[in-house]
Amino acid sequence: MSDKKYLFKRNNVWWVKLAVPLSLRSELGYDLRRTTGEKDLDKAIPIRDKIIEEFKTEFQIRKVNADDKGIVLRGTEHMQKTDISDPQYFHKVVDCQYACPAHTNVPEYIRLIAQKKYDDAYMLNWESNVFPGILGRTCDRPCEPACRRGRTHDKPVAICRLKRVTYDYKNDIDPYLPDIPKVKNGKKIGLIGAGPASLTVARDLLPLGYEVTIFEKDNKPGGLMRTNIPSFRLPAEVLDEEVYRIIKMGAELKTNSYIDSLEKVIDSFDAVFVGTGAPKGKDLEIPGRKEASENIHIGIDWLTSIAFEHTKSIGKKVIVIGGGNTAMDCCRTAIRLGADDVKVTVRSPKSDMKASDWELEEAIDEGIPILDNTSPKEFLLDDEGKLKGMKFEKMEAQYTDGKRKLIPTGEEIIIECDDVLLAIGQDNAFPWIEKNIGIDFNEWDCPIVDKTTMQSSHPKVFFGGDAAWGPENIIWAVAHGHQAAISIDNFCSEVDLFDRPPPLTNLVSQKMGIHEWSYDNDVSQEARLEVPHADLKQALNDLKMEVELGFDEKLALDEAQRCLNCDMQTVFQEKLCIECDACVDICPTDCITFTTNDTEEKVREKLRVPALNLDQDLYVSGKLATGRVMIKDEDMCVHCGLCAERCPTGAWDIQKNNYIEAHNLNKSRVKAKEVA
Amino acid sequence: MSYFKPINKHPNLEKNKLGLTRRDYEGGVSTLCAGCGHDSISACIIEACFRLNIEAYKVAKLSGIGCSSKAPAYFLNASHGFNSVHGRMPSIATGANCANEDLLYLGVSGDGDSASIGIGQFIHAIRRQVNMVYFVENNGTYGLTKGQFSATNDLESKNKYGEDNLFPPIDLTSMAIQMGASYVARSFSGDRDQLVPLIMGAIQHKGFALLDIISPCVTFNNHDSSTKSYDYIRNHNEAMGKTDFVPLGEEIKTNYDDGSSVEVKLHDGSRLSLEKIDHNFDPTDAGKSLELIREKDKEGKIITGLLYVDNKCKPLTEIMDLPDKPLNTLEQDELCPGSEILEEINKGLS
Ligand SMILES: Cc1cc2nc3c(=O)[nH]c(=O)nc-3n(C[C@H](O)[C@H](O)[C@H](O)COP(=O)(O)OP(=O)(O)OC[C@H]3O[C@@H](n4cnc5c(N)ncnc54)[C@H](O)[C@@H]3O)c2cc1C
Ligand SMILES: Cc1ncc(C[n+]2csc(CCOP(=O)(O)OP(=O)(O)O)c2C)c(N)n1
Ligand code: SF4
Ligand code: SF4
Ligand code: SF4
Ligand SMILES: [Mg+2]
Repeated sequence: MSDKKYLFKRNNVWWVKLAVPLSLRSELGYDLRRTTGEKDLDKAIPIRDKIIEEFKTEFQIRKVNADDKGIVLRGTEHMQKTDISDPQYFHKVVDCQYACPAHTNVPEYIRLIAQKKYDDAYMLNWESNVFPGILGRTCDRPCEPACRRGRTHDKPVAICRLKRVTYDYKNDIDPYLPDIPKVKNGKKIGLIGAGPASLTVARDLLPLGYEVTIFEKDNKPGGLMRTNIPSFRLPAEVLDEEVYRIIKMGAELKTNSYIDSLEKVIDSFDAVFVGTGAPKGKDLEIPGRKEASENIHIGIDWLTSIAFEHTKSIGKKVIVIGGGNTAMDCCRTAIRLGADDVKVTVRSPKSDMKASDWELEEAIDEGIPILDNTSPKEFLLDDEGKLKGMKFEKMEAQYTDGKRKLIPTGEEIIIECDDVLLAIGQDNAFPWIEKNIGIDFNEWDCPIVDKTTMQSSHPKVFFGGDAAWGPENIIWAVAHGHQAAISIDNFCSEVDLFDRPPPLTNLVSQKMGIHEWSYDNDVSQEARLEVPHADLKQALNDLKMEVELGFDEKLALDEAQRCLNCDMQTVFQEKLCIECDACVDICPTDCITFTTNDTEEKVREKLRVPALNLDQDLYVSGKLATGRVMIKDEDMCVHCGLCAERCPTGAWDIQKNNYIEAHNLNKSRVKAKEVA
Repeated sequence: MSYFKPINKHPNLEKNKLGLTRRDYEGGVSTLCAGCGHDSISACIIEACFRLNIEAYKVAKLSGIGCSSKAPAYFLNASHGFNSVHGRMPSIATGANCANEDLLYLGVSGDGDSASIGIGQFIHAIRRQVNMVYFVENNGTYGLTKGQFSATNDLESKNKYGEDNLFPPIDLTSMAIQMGASYVARSFSGDRDQLVPLIMGAIQHKGFALLDIISPCVTFNNHDSSTKSYDYIRNHNEAMGKTDFVPLGEEIKTNYDDGSSVEVKLHDGSRLSLEKIDHNFDPTDAGKSLELIREKDKEGKIITGLLYVDNKCKPLTEIMDLPDKPLNTLEQDELCPGSEILEEINKGLS
């Protein structure tokens, strides 16, 4: 359990992912470093893992079948009253925002879309995730699997494509950009690489008066967003607008500037941020590799050479090896370059493929067969020594104790091809970082980077994006960038790097009067809307034609109406409650139960509907007049506000939870929109 | 802002034998005051019908006039309903009972509807042993007409504006026992654990079942001097121990020491298991029941639970020997005696 599976980072602190009973939290704690008494996070994690592992056995959830709905949780104490003054409590209820690495305030921007306030919706995104137009087309969208609607209804809200709407429908937003001080603060920061991670650091530092220089080896900024994400998914105009917006804020951009020695640049700056990505595509060392190398291409390099128009054609028959998103981009690009027989092969079963569902779907919709359980064995050459095909062996997945093993079946197949694209992963590579300047690397040649501060073992050098822990995605690069910018600001101001700013939060009642609330709870019950696509035939003939057309305004407004407004929090005050049960009866999803307090295990079982989703918290009140407590299972609440509407005494209120994750823009607020 | 309950429900909601969830037994969104006890009673009726696997189309909801009498609109949307004139629900129930024995009759009334204008009708429905569940949603006031005293309001209980009540209350439970009701219970809208099994028992009982349910009116009778407020009832309620409804063929799970519980067998073979608070108490002895009610009243306590049951009584349709089949299903040959019999009758007249 060395990965971060049971941990997650919020508010710059590591948390335990398990639903830990409140009563145990003091024992398990929130801040990993504090509870384990170990300042080095890499050492703290295994200690915590051990504690969690012990808990896990006791937290085993029994199989949920008809006659056994029990849950076993440890803890003999009664549940404690929920502390809603902890901003993390309600933050966690907003599933999408919580899941977003940059904690974009999703429900708020969706409401702004519903009010056709596209500029505001765009700016709200821009503050958190910096690239709304780009991300609205390409984001890995961890928010969507988290979306509550996926539990209460069918499919999640199309959060990502609504983000795109804010870009597509906005007007000129330049007036709302933060002011850049004319008088600089005298600190110079060097950023290496012009990908999303560095660009985020630049954006967060420029408004504070830092002088920022970005070094980029290519001739244009953008990183993999430019070189690898094909323009049929991300048009160049969108990319240019959002990337150059940051450059225009005053960053000095040095293109065609490959940094070949960190030592040479480090002294020119007060701090250096390394955002050079994970630039090395993995190779496949099997027989025939060397001999056929002319027709074997490393996927990410191949995509780059297409982006810079060095490559303009490919053979008719193409095999793409790999099951991730790079493979999907390679195969779809190959078809557009003129290949007429493109196949993707992947070693694992289809269900285990790494590609996002929607990317896989797009490839399949474009008629590309995916051959799963197919493991490459050999490149085959013709008499002239040219690549003519590949030999594969079929595999079979066997699962023991939930662990997968791929067993060769012995069956071999041969597929003819003219070219092969390898899309089997990326590695970090830092040949340009000297080993003796104080930056420690681990056994896999990755720098040792602090997970909270993004600082390396060299106090002046920070890492982020794919360069830090290997390939992730744009939104994680942005999240890292925010944290690195906070650290750099602390570092240059001589503030302890662990003394990090808290999120900005407030909780405001939405009651306007009798039967009047300041939000629209009339949520659409319709299914998720599909984004219109360009004509397939045309799209397949044009490398640059954007495949997804985006929502038109009507679709956008309809889709926006599906959002449940999960930031509209139910706030309970026991001293006002007369225990009339009106809220219990009106609640459409049976969230509320009045019962005697007990251990979390027992409480979860005795609710109106047993609370089986341990990832979701129970909201527990203090003691009521009858000695009972109010327990609300946050899991299925649809935030309709009817509990507050029906409550005769106002014991329930609906309060909007505004949560802005800490980033440097909080320090230099974006200029308020001028009210005409 | 929408005040309608969204249609989506909890995906893990329990299903009954008909494959229905509790929400399938709901009615329209209540227009009663938020916090009204009547809404809680509706929720308990929903729960009881859900647990008894009742098919809504085999139910008729009957009522008079009052907030309480509006309540049938807020449960069992798929049932039959008759909203009658003020105080006249018992006669509608009597007629319907005679015409069709097969439906389950849920009569919903208030203390004004039953103890004032409708008291005559109420008594006769009891006396005739109409086979129905008769709910009195008792709030000690005329809620719908804005808070006048009703005939069940206690002497010491003032109205919302501080005026004194001049006349003593009618206790519907004692009256019903005296008039021959065969199932009499008192409960509190805020005590679902007690109320739901009592409703289930009443539904399974054959004969007149009265449920006198104290049901606070949050708007007109929930003030400090009220004896039908949430606080007052919670402080003075003397519940008769735990009541369990045990469906046919199921074992009683709760086991009380000898003599501390009593079991009542209902007409369909299901049972009510009652935990006794008093070893002398026997819910099948009308005299003892009346004594208990009077005694507790003297102590200033409100006794709640199953007060009296006679599971051997004959319902109206049996007393009158009415046809088993609903009248509207009788065919011509069943309705028309034929010319031979007519001949005989005519002979007898000559
Ligand atoms: C084919 C493909 C498709 C992808 N699709 C998506 C997607 O749809 N959505 C998504 O969220 N993510 C996607 N990703 C991942 C995403 O692009 C990366 O995670 C993200 O760009 C990482 O950002 P970064 O700033 O860390 O680094 P990069 O974007 O890799 O940028 C690093 C920059 O540093 C420059 N550089 C490197 N070394 C030096 C040096 N020594 N001196 C100067 N400059 C240097 C590089 O030229 C590059 O411009 C995709 C990746 C690939 C390969
Ligand atoms: C014949 C007739 N007389 C008087 C009224 C006025 N009225 C309507 S409801 C009501 C009293 C209802 O009291 P109750 O049955 O206790 O119902 P609650 O509203 O308290 O639930 C009265 C007197 C009427 N509707 N019809
Ligand atoms: S319904 Fe709306 S607020 Fe709730 S999780 Fe989904 S997108 Fe977020
Ligand atoms: S807002 Fe209140 S009534 Fe609506 S689902 Fe949530 S708890 Fe239930
Ligand atoms: S509706 Fe209000 S007063 Fe009634 S039980 Fe719910 S919170 Fe308490
Ligand atoms: Mg009344």
